[in-house]
Amino acid sequence: MNTIAENNWLLTALVFTPLAGALLMVLIPEKDERSHKQAALITSLLTLGLAVFLLWDFDYSNAASLQYFVDTQWIEVIGAGYTIGVDGMSLPLIALTALIMPLVFVYSWHHIPEPGNAKAFLILSLILETGMIGTFVAQDLVLFFVFFEVVLLPMFFMIAVWGGANRRYASLKFFLFTLFGSALMLLSFLALYFLTDEGTFNMLVLTENAGAGIARGTQLLIFAGMFIGFGVKVPMFPFHTWLPDAHTEAPTQGSVILAAVLLKLGTYGFIRIAIPMLPEAAEAWAPWIGLLAVIGIIYGALGCLAQTDMKRLIAFSSVAHMGFVMLGIATLTDFGINAAIFGMVAHGLITGMLFFIAGSVKERYHTLEIKRLGGMLVQAPRMGWILGFVSMASLGLPGLAGFWGEFPAILAAYNPAAGVPEGTFRGYMVVAAIGTVLAAGYLLWLLQRTAMGEPSIEFADDPNITDVSPTEWIAWTPLLVGIVLFGVAPGLIFEVTDPAVVQSLDNCIMTGCEGVQTATSAAGGG
Amino acid sequence: MPTVFATLAPSSVPTSSTVTQSANWFLENAWLVPLLPALSFVCILFFGKRLRYKGAELGIAAVALSLILAACAGVAWLDHRDNFVLHNTTDAGVEAVAGESYVAVQNSTQWLQSGGIEFSAGILVDGLSVMMLVMVSLVSLLVHVYSTDYVSDDKRYTHFFAFLSLFTAAMLFFVLSDNILQMIVGWELVGVCSFVLIGHWWEQKPNSDAALKAFLTNRVGDVGLLIGVITLFFAAGGGKTFDTIKINEAIVQGGVSHSALVVASLCLMAAVMSKSGQFILHTWLPDAMAGPTPVSALIHAATMVVAGVFMIARLYPVFFEGMQIGGSSINVMATIGAVTLVFGGLLAFVQNDIKKVLAYSTVSQLGYMVMALGVGAWTAAVFHLFTHAFFKANLFLGSGSVAHAVHSFDMKKDMGGLRKFMPKTYVTFIIGSLALAGLFPLAGFWSKDEILAGTGGWGLFGGTGGNGTYTFHLLMGMFGAALTAAYMTRCVYLTFHGTYRGGHGQHHEPHESGPRILVPLYILSGLAIVAGLANLPPGFQLVNNSWTERFGHFIEPVGSSYFPKIAHATPSWSLAVVASVVALFGAVAAFYYYFVKVDRLAKTTQQSLTELPEGLTESNALAGAGHKTLVNKYYLDHIYERGIVAATKGPLARAAYWVNQHMIDNAVNTTGETAVKMGRSMYDLVDQGVIDAFVDGSGRVSDATGEELRQINSGKVQNYAAILFAMAAVLAGAFIIIFAF
Amino acid sequence: MLLNQFLLLSAVLFCIGVYGVLARKNGVLVLMSIELILNAVNINLVAFGALTADVGGEVFALFTIAVAAAEVGIGLAIVLLIYRNRRSIDLSEADLLKG
Repeated sequence: MNTIAENNWLLTALVFTPLAGALLMVLIPEKDERSHKQAALITSLLTLGLAVFLLWDFDYSNAASLQYFVDTQWIEVIGAGYTIGVDGMSLPLIALTALIMPLVFVYSWHHIPEPGNAKAFLILSLILETGMIGTFVAQDLVLFFVFFEVVLLPMFFMIAVWGGANRRYASLKFFLFTLFGSALMLLSFLALYFLTDEGTFNMLVLTENAGAGIARGTQLLIFAGMFIGFGVKVPMFPFHTWLPDAHTEAPTQGSVILAAVLLKLGTYGFIRIAIPMLPEAAEAWAPWIGLLAVIGIIYGALGCLAQTDMKRLIAFSSVAHMGFVMLGIATLTDFGINAAIFGMVAHGLITGMLFFIAGSVKERYHTLEIKRLGGMLVQAPRMGWILGFVSMASLGLPGLAGFWGEFPAILAAYNPAAGVPEGTFRGYMVVAAIGTVLAAGYLLWLLQRTAMGEPSIEFADDPNITDVSPTEWIAWTPLLVGIVLFGVAPGLIFEVTDPAVVQSLDNCIMTGCEGVQTATSAAGGG
Repeated sequence: MPTVFATLAPSSVPTSSTVTQSANWFLENAWLVPLLPALSFVCILFFGKRLRYKGAELGIAAVALSLILAACAGVAWLDHRDNFVLHNTTDAGVEAVAGESYVAVQNSTQWLQSGGIEFSAGILVDGLSVMMLVMVSLVSLLVHVYSTDYVSDDKRYTHFFAFLSLFTAAMLFFVLSDNILQMIVGWELVGVCSFVLIGHWWEQKPNSDAALKAFLTNRVGDVGLLIGVITLFFAAGGGKTFDTIKINEAIVQGGVSHSALVVASLCLMAAVMSKSGQFILHTWLPDAMAGPTPVSALIHAATMVVAGVFMIARLYPVFFEGMQIGGSSINVMATIGAVTLVFGGLLAFVQNDIKKVLAYSTVSQLGYMVMALGVGAWTAAVFHLFTHAFFKANLFLGSGSVAHAVHSFDMKKDMGGLRKFMPKTYVTFIIGSLALAGLFPLAGFWSKDEILAGTGGWGLFGGTGGNGTYTFHLLMGMFGAALTAAYMTRCVYLTFHGTYRGGHGQHHEPHESGPRILVPLYILSGLAIVAGLANLPPGFQLVNNSWTERFGHFIEPVGSSYFPKIAHATPSWSLAVVASVVALFGAVAAFYYYFVKVDRLAKTTQQSLTELPEGLTESNALAGAGHKTLVNKYYLDHIYERGIVAATKGPLARAAYWVNQHMIDNAVNTTGETAVKMGRSMYDLVDQGVIDAFVDGSGRVSDATGEELRQINSGKVQNYAAILFAMAAVLAGAFIIIFAF
Repeated sequence: MLLNQFLLLSAVLFCIGVYGVLARKNGVLVLMSIELILNAVNINLVAFGALTADVGGEVFALFTIAVAAAEVGIGLAIVLLIYRNRRSIDLSEADLLKG
């Protein structure tokens, strides 16, 4: 048993600093908005500081194993422990979360959405942060589930209170969809608990166990439960319909958090829980996951082409992009899963940025209808260029972050793990490659209709339409830098995730699942 | 890794890579060449507007430095090629490797690591890349200088120079790549720069449409690129490497399955077709003329479109084996090239826009290059790429100079007779046209002749040898040569001869351009004259043998471990003469039509004509009886006019253009529209109709249930209490019943 | 046995209490009726405690009395507030929680 000692406080501090900040803010009177904004920003910056320290202190030579590991009893009756730790797989996602939140708070400085009440809004955001970081560090299924659900409520209120015209419908849809998935996921967790000999929720033990002693048919069912639970969150076709509504109605900050971090909880669940714990079932389900992934890619792209609303278009593009992530995961190769993690981070940066822009466009034009926009490059040239830049990143331009999520996923699909049908995945590869064309199509079309051309008469002399403001610059620059940085030096992420992913899959081999194999066994080197 | 190849090679003889890491400083550090323009891009973007010349000086300085470095690398390469001896470290010590010493320089560093495999980023410097470095940086420098005048009053001047720099950097990066992953990066960066520059004047929708079309068409080809690269990654090079040399070596050694190569080469061919404007994916190229003229020059001469040709040359073993080029008489690549060169040439006839003539001419010339690569004439293709860069840049910049004077690109409406107003531009344009037409002794003659010889289809006087007997392609090439000469003659006439037709509403006459436009033109036309001498055919009796084939000697990696064993054609005097006569024939036919007949008619009627009026009677009525006898006197007239020229100019070209505009373009547009329609109907029917209806339905059911149950909730405490007690009573009753019995 | 009488008494008290809770409109009377129900329970607790010679019964009865005292305190406060707001303590009018 490992208790909190010496260095182990770090993760706990990281998870609960936002919550502590939120509790503190409860004491500040509601009218004092400025203090609230300061408090939220300072809290998130503190969290970011801790995350930076984590990045600095992390033992990269040992990225495959869990570090800052804490394992104490929590709820003894059911054997749930407070087990947390971080390895190469979760580190980039934690860093992403810690980075996004301060930016959201900076953006909130001048952009508290209607109907105001900064206090509640910011407190909810901080609770969200605790939930998200907690999900990424949890190494116990109950703890994971709790954090996973903690995320749900603040987001629900964010959409339901600060959302657009149709917010009640969207928020309920979001809530019910996710809850439905969560219920099935919880069932699967319970099944794992009761069916394994150890009778534990400890993820390390379950991963090592890798489904031994559970009948194949049962494994398939348990995996299906997780599949739906995580798949709703991703979201995978056909569980995706909550996403466009939620994104369209959510306030800018909500959309950014939703796109940048929340969607990753689902994919993270796949690579952290579903696949390592039930590799045999994963192998059986892989073709179906792959199929839904490529359907998502094409479907999302076609959906984008049909949209008339900028924010909705971006939301649909998330479906397509997460399709690439899921395709990488479905290959069950270390290469594909590395690509998936990269894709998650890249999508977080890029789509988060796109939603920021959409929010700013809405603020200036009071509409997101693509038909009415146009000529942004004339009226707000910097914003137009940023939109162009991010669109290029989003469509997978090499040299920018988006490429390294897409291309390796397509690459991995050429040669999926043994036991996964190769021919099928090569078909998926071609379809996914065609998806990149469609991605270029809808993004550039969006760019052409919104940014290029002359401004429409309606907005030609509108004094509201100004270029990027200082707070926007502060909030956006880190994302833009990240997009370039990870595009030029993808090794920054790949080298962190690679050992952990390789080990996670190696573990599956050692425990008797021959299907999942790593590329290292046949590697030539480069 | 050598061990992998040892297991792959069929024999037990250890094979050595003809690659070295240590060489001359300029070769080892060639990565500086693309880095400088890239830095200048960043600097111009951030500080450009504050500088005195609004950023142009940064771009010019960076590209000039690049050119110097590239030239130094070129000189170093000349020495390296002849004098470098590869040493191999074995157990017995260091020993020199025997054989011809074509040793490429590769210098790489780790880039990323995934799936336990390390991927490197690096440079591969050999004759091909050094030549490209020099050529790209030279043309780019001239374009930079030219642009300072040409776009001087543009409101996005600084921005233009920033992207000009990035465009150059991307292309230089591309040609230096030592692995295909890096090549994808360069390839796409080139694409996106072209998107930005073609759409430079994005206020007008046609311009942004053209930019979008260029990018999307390229993106379609990129599907092929992605799949081809992935196939190579897994199939070649011992599995899982992107390294160009290793992939090529593995293929040359025969360790790669043929079917994989067929797939890879066809997929990559699709990418080449889109990037290098091959028929049927060429339609974006003429539209790309929407961009500023210096950009067109850069796109068409040095960057972008030659990227496809360069990629074939770089990965030649893939295509050589995959397309089975050796010993054949037809293959996909050569045929695509041949069709493109004729098709493009025909289209150039019916254009009124001077830039579009040149654009289609580029399509046609790229067809030559691809055809040359398709028939195994590697050096000829690369040499043509080299010479074409100079005379095409010359022509484009010349057309820009003209347009700068008359503020239009329309030859029929706004040009004519410009020879008098801009004599200097006229001379350079003539030189460029002659070089493009392939007339002796200008650059185009030598490279085109080598391509024709390389087809191996020439059967007279002992033939030319080569890799196969590509007679069909030889004929297409000859036809193309005649076409080229003819449409360039037409273009020159319409632009520079006759009388000036423009100036509507303008009070000043067209004027000669300034020095910043003319000097690049002089340099380029000078190069268009002499560039051909770089690769005089062997056995060319007029000069010493040590002066012949210098280009091929220094550029072609023959004898290296990563180049297929191709056969080399021998030049043929008879072919050269016949090809020249054919080209002359085209030129003379067009010359006769325009310079003699149209011109005479124009003088007679005191009108400015661009072609003969339709119909024989009408022209006779205008020209008078004397003219009529003259026309009928020549037996060949009818063949020229009604036959060759009219047929190509009229139905054939028009049909081709019709196919182009209505069938291919239509297909492209329809595909786009269908995709949008599909998207819309799918969204309405499936997404909103089925999936969402299901979701909403479940919500509605629970809602209705709740509505019913709501009735109980009266809000009165006593009702609740009554229910409570009633339930308690029921439970008590049940309790009694259960335990009583 | 004395127990039956105690049980009967408590049953009668309980029934009166239930009647009061369900039928009376006056909030104070309802509260008083709740007291009756609780006291009926207390009688039962004490009676059974005496029967089995277990002090637990008495202890629980005291516990219940304490809880009842608190409940009456809060209950009367609520009634008072209702009266202040509505000038009436008629429970049938207090149906704001109607769904």
